[in-house]
Amino acid sequence: MTESLFSFPTFRLEAQGLAFARGGRTLVEDLSFELTNGNALVVTGANGAGKSTLLRGLAGFLSAHAGTALLMDEAGAHETIASQAHYVGHQEGSKPALTARENLAFWQAMLALPGLKSDLTPDAALALLGVPQVADLPVAYLSAGQKRRVGLARLLLAPRPVWILDEPLTALDAAGQALLTELMKDHLAQGGTLIAATHAPLGIESLHLELGGTP
Amino acid sequence: MSPSPLAALFSREIRVARRLGGGGTMGVIFFLILVTIVPFAIGPDLNLLSRIGPAILWIAALLATLLGLDRLFQADHEDGSLDLMLTSDTPLELVVLVKCLAHWVVTGLPLVIAAPLFGLMLALDPQALWTVTLSLLAGTPALALLGAIGAALTVTLRRGGLLMAILILPLAIPVLIFGVSAASASTSATTPFWPPFLILCALTLATLAAAPFAVAAALRHMSE
Repeated sequence: MTESLFSFPTFRLEAQGLAFARGGRTLVEDLSFELTNGNALVVTGANGAGKSTLLRGLAGFLSAHAGTALLMDEAGAHETIASQAHYVGHQEGSKPALTARENLAFWQAMLALPGLKSDLTPDAALALLGVPQVADLPVAYLSAGQKRRVGLARLLLAPRPVWILDEPLTALDAAGQALLTELMKDHLAQGGTLIAATHAPLGIESLHLELGGTP
Repeated sequence: MSPSPLAALFSREIRVARRLGGGGTMGVIFFLILVTIVPFAIGPDLNLLSRIGPAILWIAALLATLLGLDRLFQADHEDGSLDLMLTSDTPLELVVLVKCLAHWVVTGLPLVIAAPLFGLMLALDPQALWTVTLSLLAGTPALALLGAIGAALTVTLRRGGLLMAILILPLAIPVLIFGVSAASASTSATTPFWPPFLILCALTLATLAAAPFAVAAALRHMSE
């Protein structure tokens, strides 16, 4: 796939004693894990077990009830995960009225990290995701799978070391799922890390976290 | 090569507003209709009209500003953009400020430009046309910024439009008072132009400084 010479600096992602609550109910409690370059963590669990809550918490949208989740570099300086992460949730963040290219150019500018610029253009990223023909179409006209691919293209346009993926396979066809697996492998090979919640196997080597689903 | 995040955001906002239509043109038409309806309600008394004209224009501008405000953050919340913006390196406060600026350019500025034209329909004298337009130019940014606070607080509510209006109209009263008194300076012998106009500018600057923080805090809280 993408032959990239670039790799992310060494880092360690450390979560200690994390707890997240939703609507007054604690869904994730006393969770600790550690990831480093090239590691992936797959989170599974029944519906309502708190997978999305955990991922939204790691992405910084929910404040933790207890515990910390930080990204440390070699020197020991730490940052929040949110500032270094791509979050892929149930919505793509694409404006229906804008074309795929316009949407991606916007997110490329908005999400780029200093020092981690990508040389890809939105068109090239769309080609890598197998949808070069949609660049000039308003996103409103695209199918769910195409929208998903357009949304995923931003992961390539603005390199970030951490990918937080909530059900990344949703709406993708078999070819799209295989493509995403390749992208995830490339990302890990570049020294990135990813945390994914999923019900279907992702086809990557990963650590595994099962959230106990108490209703 | 790639534009700065804020420039990209500004051009995205303008593009979305233009593609969707509505925004500016609708605001101006709504403004026009309000201004047209009032003379029917109060009768063909030209002296009365020209005396209360500045107030009518201001109230019409206030109501027209509310149009489309409910979608300012709601659309971004629904399509997931707001979440992604939270993970951006750019502070949310600046994102908010740029979104408000784009919103004002699309909806507020057309009202300011149309105001002298509509003032003619209310029999305003040339002097009053100027003072109304100037006061709207200075005051409508404050209305947009105050509106953004309401829009942020109601971002998760499906039908938040009415609640938003209830939240922000009281906050807009100081702006309205000084806006109207600056605007009607030329029609009344008792009020000078500069003192209320400068207070209006101060109100706008104060909202400019404070509102982005309030809006960003509300959005962060609502995204939970």
